[in-house]
Amino acid sequence: MAAILELRAVKAFYGQSEVLHGIDLAVEEAGMTVLLGANGAGKTTTLRAICGMVRSEGEIAFGGRRLERCSTEQIAGFGVAHVPEGRGTFIGLTVEENLRIGGYAAAGRPDEKMQLMYGYFPILAQRRRQQAGALSGGEQQMLAIARALMMSPRLLVLDEPSFGLAPRIVEAIFGIVERIRREQRVSVLLVEQNASLALEMADRAYLLETGYVVTSGSAKALADDPQIRRSYLGY
Amino acid sequence: MHQLLQQIFSGLAAGAVYASLALALVMIYRATDLVNFAQGEMAMFSTYIAWTLVDAGLPFWAAFVITLAVSFVGGMAIERIVIRPVENAPILTAVVVTIGLLLIFNATAGWIYSYTLQEFPSPFPDRTLFGALMTTRDVGVIVVTLVMLAALFCFFRFTATGLAMRAAAQNPESARLCGVRVGRMLALGWGFAAAIGAVAGIMVAPVLFLDPNMMGGVLLYAFTGALLGGITSPVGAVIGGLIVGVTENLVGTYLIASQLKLTVALILIIIVLVFRPNGLFGTAVVRRV
Repeated sequence: MAAILELRAVKAFYGQSEVLHGIDLAVEEAGMTVLLGANGAGKTTTLRAICGMVRSEGEIAFGGRRLERCSTEQIAGFGVAHVPEGRGTFIGLTVEENLRIGGYAAAGRPDEKMQLMYGYFPILAQRRRQQAGALSGGEQQMLAIARALMMSPRLLVLDEPSFGLAPRIVEAIFGIVERIRREQRVSVLLVEQNASLALEMADRAYLLETGYVVTSGSAKALADDPQIRRSYLGY
Repeated sequence: MHQLLQQIFSGLAAGAVYASLALALVMIYRATDLVNFAQGEMAMFSTYIAWTLVDAGLPFWAAFVITLAVSFVGGMAIERIVIRPVENAPILTAVVVTIGLLLIFNATAGWIYSYTLQEFPSPFPDRTLFGALMTTRDVGVIVVTLVMLAALFCFFRFTATGLAMRAAAQNPESARLCGVRVGRMLALGWGFAAAIGAVAGIMVAPVLFLDPNMMGGVLLYAFTGALLGGITSPVGAVIGGLIVGVTENLVGTYLIASQLKLTVALILIIIVLVFRPNGLFGTAVVRRV
């Protein structure tokens, strides 16, 4: 299968300091790729580099387009929907307004897409007129994913969707993401601390350490790797 | 009693002007965390444009609409040309830029139009209503302000661009990730603020007479109104502006000489900052460090 997103020798910088030292990474069309690694390994920075939110060098290709020189807004317009660390909820807007913002720059009728989202996340339909800031953490994560999907993206980028959520809710959310990936044929790039769950769902996996890719391969191969099992899966 | 009602009503008319300018201040503050000290002088300059157009023989309301359009474009241009380059600079740099703008507009107006007072035409006939309880001028100013506020409310509440502007002000990074062009939204915000200021200037000019320093006191009252309402709340800015207008008028009539009225604003600012720093409707800003 062809890769929809490909990073070649990507470096990223905060100010003068280099935090990614040449990353190679690919996300298959309609596949799910997971990025693992400890805190500070550069997972979030990799996502931010893809979306033009940090200064980067190297080659970032998305569906035949080069993204390195593009603004974050343009990249979003190309079909990269990024749910950032902390979810990026517009807490002062209502649930429905949050969804409309997702559909703002995208083609297609927002109302139709909103109904589709309410189908995947019925709780959001119940809360549509509430302020997004009043939602629980799990509901806000669902809202963030629904907002991103309102963009009709080709690639969904999720930065630690499980952060701060109860395991039961995490499983529910991952279940819906998996369902959406199959039904909407959207590719997913996932950063996740919960390695066992992520490796179960993903088809490819990369392990980052201090700005380098140290291991990569099929998710199954990584799940069976004794060193990864010891460091990240705990058995 | 009659005099009290009279004073309250003319206070509301003055307050409507403060409310408009306060709203302009709040719009820019919410979008960029910046108090635009040039807001008053921008409004004054807009008023001179209206004056020039009326002087050239245009009907008042035609001049009004053209002035609003020119101010809107001018506000966007100011954002692009002088504010955007200091967007990522420390906040004091941007504040100094707005103070510089204040001086530039003031001096330019003085240079083009001189510092002498000009009479500015009122679009409303000068009559009294309900047994001299209120004047048609006051009613006119209040109605124009209310119409403008209603139009702004509808724009921000019901249009996609209005929603995108609110989103960009609230969480710029997340808005960018949704494909909202945040820079353009900021420019639009400056355009709106300039146009709102123009309305305030045109409404107040027949009372104060037009001169380059006309808006100095008005800006102080507007700032007090914005602070009283909570500097982050548009509704608060409007209500705060009205409260300041009425308070200023009543205190000036019953308690102190009207020459001291401006002091009322300063005292109000101190009271708000000491006892209720978030104003009546503002929210405490929590920053994670």
